[in-house]
Amino acid sequence: YFILCQSRLIYVCFYLFVYLFSVLGFVLCASGDLVKVYSTRTEEWLHSLQGHTNQVTGITLNPANHLQVYSCSVDGTVKLWDFIDGILIKTFVIGCPLFAIYVSEKHEGVLFLHVSMCFQLVSVHLPKSAEQEVEAKEMSAVSSHISKNPSCTAFGRGVRVHFFFFYFSLKATDKKGAKNAFTCIACHPTDDCIATGHEDGKIRLWRNFIHKKEYTYSTQHWHHNAVNTLCFTPEGTHLLSGGIESVLVQWQYGADNRKEFLPRLGGSILHISASSDGQLFCTSHSDNKITVIESSFKVCGVIQGLVKGDAVLTDLMIDPRSKALVLNGKPGHLQFYSLLRDKHLYNLDIVQQEYIYEAGLDQFEVVKAAFDIKGSWLATVEERGKKSSDLEFFLKLWAFDERTQSFVLNTTITAAHTDRIISMCFSSSEETTMLVTAAEDSQFKAWCQGADDQNFWSCDFVGSYHKLNPTNCSFSADSSLLAVSFQEVITIWSPDTWEMLTTLCQPPGVIRDLCFGRLSCSKYLLGTTTKNLLCCWNLLTCELEWSTSVDVSKLQPDPFSENVAAFSYQSKHTDLFVFKPSEPRPLFTNKNVCSEKVHRAVFVPREEPLNSCDESTQWLNRSQLYFLTQNMDLLTFSTATEEDRMLSSSKQLVIDDSVAVTPFYLLLGKHRQQQQKLNTQSHPVADKPQQPQGSVTIKELLHTPAHVLPAASVLCSMFVNSFLISNTGVQQDPLRYFVHINIFLFKVKTLVNFPKLMKYELLYL
Amino acid sequence: MGEFKVHRVRFFDYMPSGIRALAFNRDIERIAVARMDGSVEVFHCSDRFFQEKIIPGREQCGIEGLSWVGERLFSAGLNGGITEYDLTNQKVKYTIDAYGGPIWTIAGNQQGTHLAVGCEDGTVKLFEVNEDKIQFERNLDRQKSRIISLSWHPSGSKIAAGMMDMIQIFNVETGHSVHRLLADRGVGTSRSKECVVWSVVYLSDGTIISGDSVGMVKLWDDQTGTLIKSHNVTKCDVLALSVSQNEDSLVAGTSEGTVVQFQFISMVLGKDDKEWVRTRTFKNHTHDIRAVAEITTAVVSGGMDAQLVVRPLLDKVEVRSAASALRKIHFPHRRLVSCARKSGLMLFQYPGHLELWRLGESEGKGSSLFVKRNPEKLLHLKVKGEDHIRCSAVSPCGEWIVYSTASKLRENTLHGLKHFLFLFFQISKLPMVLSSANQLCFSSDSSHLFSASAQSSVHIASLSQSGCKFVGTLKPKSGSHQAIHLLAASEDGKWLASANSDHEVHIYNLQTRKAHCTVPVYSSAVTAMGIHPTTNCLFMMYADQQMCEYSIEQKQYTDWSRTVQRKGLHRFWMERDTPCLNVMFNPQNPSHVILHDTYMLCIIDQSLPLPDDKTQFYNQLTLKSLPEEQRKSHSHAFKVCKTFKDILCVELMSDQSLVVVERPLEDVASQLPAPIKQKKFAT
Repeated sequence: YFILCQSRLIYVCFYLFVYLFSVLGFVLCASGDLVKVYSTRTEEWLHSLQGHTNQVTGITLNPANHLQVYSCSVDGTVKLWDFIDGILIKTFVIGCPLFAIYVSEKHEGVLFLHVSMCFQLVSVHLPKSAEQEVEAKEMSAVSSHISKNPSCTAFGRGVRVHFFFFYFSLKATDKKGAKNAFTCIACHPTDDCIATGHEDGKIRLWRNFIHKKEYTYSTQHWHHNAVNTLCFTPEGTHLLSGGIESVLVQWQYGADNRKEFLPRLGGSILHISASSDGQLFCTSHSDNKITVIESSFKVCGVIQGLVKGDAVLTDLMIDPRSKALVLNGKPGHLQFYSLLRDKHLYNLDIVQQEYIYEAGLDQFEVVKAAFDIKGSWLATVEERGKKSSDLEFFLKLWAFDERTQSFVLNTTITAAHTDRIISMCFSSSEETTMLVTAAEDSQFKAWCQGADDQNFWSCDFVGSYHKLNPTNCSFSADSSLLAVSFQEVITIWSPDTWEMLTTLCQPPGVIRDLCFGRLSCSKYLLGTTTKNLLCCWNLLTCELEWSTSVDVSKLQPDPFSENVAAFSYQSKHTDLFVFKPSEPRPLFTNKNVCSEKVHRAVFVPREEPLNSCDESTQWLNRSQLYFLTQNMDLLTFSTATEEDRMLSSSKQLVIDDSVAVTPFYLLLGKHRQQQQKLNTQSHPVADKPQQPQGSVTIKELLHTPAHVLPAASVLCSMFVNSFLISNTGVQQDPLRYFVHINIFLFKVKTLVNFPKLMKYELLYL
Repeated sequence: MGEFKVHRVRFFDYMPSGIRALAFNRDIERIAVARMDGSVEVFHCSDRFFQEKIIPGREQCGIEGLSWVGERLFSAGLNGGITEYDLTNQKVKYTIDAYGGPIWTIAGNQQGTHLAVGCEDGTVKLFEVNEDKIQFERNLDRQKSRIISLSWHPSGSKIAAGMMDMIQIFNVETGHSVHRLLADRGVGTSRSKECVVWSVVYLSDGTIISGDSVGMVKLWDDQTGTLIKSHNVTKCDVLALSVSQNEDSLVAGTSEGTVVQFQFISMVLGKDDKEWVRTRTFKNHTHDIRAVAEITTAVVSGGMDAQLVVRPLLDKVEVRSAASALRKIHFPHRRLVSCARKSGLMLFQYPGHLELWRLGESEGKGSSLFVKRNPEKLLHLKVKGEDHIRCSAVSPCGEWIVYSTASKLRENTLHGLKHFLFLFFQISKLPMVLSSANQLCFSSDSSHLFSASAQSSVHIASLSQSGCKFVGTLKPKSGSHQAIHLLAASEDGKWLASANSDHEVHIYNLQTRKAHCTVPVYSSAVTAMGIHPTTNCLFMMYADQQMCEYSIEQKQYTDWSRTVQRKGLHRFWMERDTPCLNVMFNPQNPSHVILHDTYMLCIIDQSLPLPDDKTQFYNQLTLKSLPEEQRKSHSHAFKVCKTFKDILCVELMSDQSLVVVERPLEDVASQLPAPIKQKKFAT
């Protein structure tokens, strides 16, 4: 066995910065180690600029060329991109983690960067060199102790001193308990006026600030919490501000009491950007959303990623119909997220109450949800009241409506139990659907649909065992058995007669997780206890088959195979075991999957089963395992073949000194190069089937805009050639099977010392 | 430090009157304040805003405007008269009728030659300011509606007049209207209401700034008569405007209680195209702001909540110090309460009446005592005539009450106070020379009355059962003729000290009735003084919180006083923002001096070392925690008691009990009319 080295620390990534180029119709946002490019018109993801190896912390337009952007990253490089084609033009190696980037029109060839050491702001002269990767060494410090938050630095309009650089140390005015620390700053494009946002929600407009004493400011107050971001429109006629209220406020510059509001935008506003022509505004939100807003203050587009709520309280679930991942989304909603198409499908409003964006309010949250096996019923539990004294909860049952293709509320049960519902599961038989809920009032209840035409749900059976509090419940695969764990005791019930068949007990320790084996292993019942025991009972003999001492934080059976995944947390890292209940040896073991605890996991069925023969990857043939860490990172396992497919399509700008870089060159020259490379390939991969090549050419022909293509006559022979089967017949086109996995906030990370065939994918929430 | 029985008196229902007008005189650094009850007060801006002069008002005399012409102060009111004040003797000099109905506004030009008043009948009347009087010159073109506000162009050639729905610009030469600027009415339901231009300001560059009842501050060009810009400041009225001297800053007071500042700022640094930009907002008032004034380093505002707020403009302050801190003046810097120390009586001075109370009695021990007998109101004495009371006093024996209005001095004898049910009092006739007094004081044995009158002189009258007899006059050897605002008589009846508003302190020998000596003049005004009963040293408190002790017999400062001056006072002591109002001495412990201001009571032990800036000033709690032996080494001269708040008066009675008269500001606020209702977030 091998030991993995510590994985890199990756920040939770977001659409932190949004840069909007409305003339061109693009929105750029930093997300993880990618810069994503979206179209403002179609809200579609176009491509991403891939190349950084760590979190991207800033993007800014190249003032010299408006088709290029600079991006900086914690990996210590600044990259210059052609963002329309997604081509990396240059890489400047700075050598220390960078946190923000600013450019000034007055300073050509100079970048201003936040470097890690005591939050220093340095200016970097970019060396003029034709090489792809340049080391930029000419650094000079501008100022130190600047807040890391990029909203806290802004560029002013240059007058005498060529530029003003404004920064405020965050402790500047924090006195007398008045929460007036600075949170963000913006400079007026034409006037010498600085707007600052403050922690108490005030916005101040500063003038005459070059004087030490005669500076003056005016204060406006609308936000009730900290102002997160400020932005002047390009003409300077308006000031936009946003905060946790998720209301975009437009202040008229000069007439300060006149303001407009755009409410209910979603999560709290993190960043606002205005396009250079002032036609569009763009806000990024804490729930992983970008809203595109017209200057007439109408929302014209929403780009939604996997919604990141405050916490995922429900299990990860798969909607049996759409095969979408279902979990907490917007507050009070369940989100349906297609992992295959990597797209947010829709939000289902469970709570059906207005959510108030304010810290410290006790509001309804969806805490439990379950689908039945056909996906025609959805049960949800919403609850309010952290303390049990004022606990309030509803059990709701939703029926799938074929006509509207969505879930419709069927039954609301206000007092399903007298105390909090602990666990909930549907019976897995096809004929009758039955819901079992176990609650802290030491009862479990079975709920059935009414027999009459009004198919509402009602209580069918109430069970209890020695007044013990139930901890979990589970149906067997064929729904013939129901296992309910009461503290240390597991009771097995027959759902048909509601007769308690037997009890199983393996003290010490309260039962935490419970699951039945599937398929050939359905005679086994697995349970984990709080005393770090994983037990397997044989239901035919009612005896303990085996048990092992391991601290299992999550036990997840694969519904399509016998396999069960168990995540164990010990000594500050999580290990994964995949095993069959019938076999004592695990199929697959992976130490140090991540450093946080894993509480949520799900097996997602594949559309096409893989036919991998490798023993250690066989368990991934039919389904894929996704799991959620405490840091809200969604991770998955993928096999090497998948990984190969996903190999980046990121284009590299290869400059041949003799040839000018034109679109023609890029189109033709690259293809030529590739062919050269193919021809020189000496070691063919033998067992791969021969593939028709030429997809590169076809792809480029089809994807390049017509007006930049060379004449058809030039392309014709190449095009036809590409259909011919290559006579070498051995090479493998890396792009043949390329399916771009357009997963939102997607990240591929290769770990050192990782087994050859296994790789990680990280999905970030 | 000794124990005192404290009478905590809260039955003095003193109600400060709302502020109606402010006028700032830049040359002498005085700000004049007119109140709703018709009184006019003068504050010294560079002497910690000490209230130098008080001219009491009259019934039915609503002042609407104040204006300085040179060092002369004029007011005009709704009774239709223009009044000039005699600031030396702190009284009204004369009043002449303008014959134009109620006067809404008065404005003097910068040249000091003319006064303009705006009348109810729609006329702007010009008065020529002569040497000793003002003379009506002429009317400008008569308008249809009343003139609410006036402002002279700094050159004196034009006048802008704010009226209902419009502003008129007059040429002073011809008297004709040059332009008519129409102010918009509000939208919606307020459309039918007239727009009142409450205030106008005429700048030297020809810009006219107006504040109106719609809540707008508007900028107009006087050449073309067009609106340049308008700022919506509030939903209610903009009641007052004031511009700084160099015309780069403007403040507007609104009826929401906010003061909004506008500044004339270049939008692009280094360029000359300046604009008026709304900048800061100050909210220190709860009620309408009726008057604002931008003085050199601060914004002064006053309104219906009767407090004068001095908000410093920190960008114009050279050195930040206690003198430039935010200051709220609630109570007058004079004593409104006098106590008969020997008989336990208190005299409360209201504008129109006096109240005499007998203190209650208590029994028991502990931190709070059981009240055995409630305080009783013995006398409610209404003033004859329309004039308000200027000063009053009760004799230490409790048999005499004396008060003076602006024009007359009256005296009452109280007999048989021990059997108050048979209260009988007699008004004794006073000699003619005692007709009016600026300050009154009894000798400690109640045998003489000292009355400060004009020319800084003090008249002495002897009191006996048969009546009051004029004895003589004490006159200073030299010096100014400013009115005396403080008198202090020594316990042994030998000395009398008087302080006037020119900061002079004269000491008279009462036996020879001659001036004895003059204390060296200090730059700050004396706010309180007292003569020590045993050492006969004069202890003086100044407005800048300095203190001096002057030995009368040796005619020089005492050693202790010189030590204080040399070592300096503690920072916390100097940073207090209200002046000390009384100096008392503890007969049990001659080294103790008792002082008080609005927020604290302080005992100075002259035998203990003075604190320096490093020592803990408020050290009572620390001392309590220390063992007995160590207390001595840690204690210093100042013992501050902050148990009481909003103190109007503290007096040490002869039975060693303290009387503390408090007037909680919450009680004052609860008696004010309701402010404009404003929607507050989350209510």
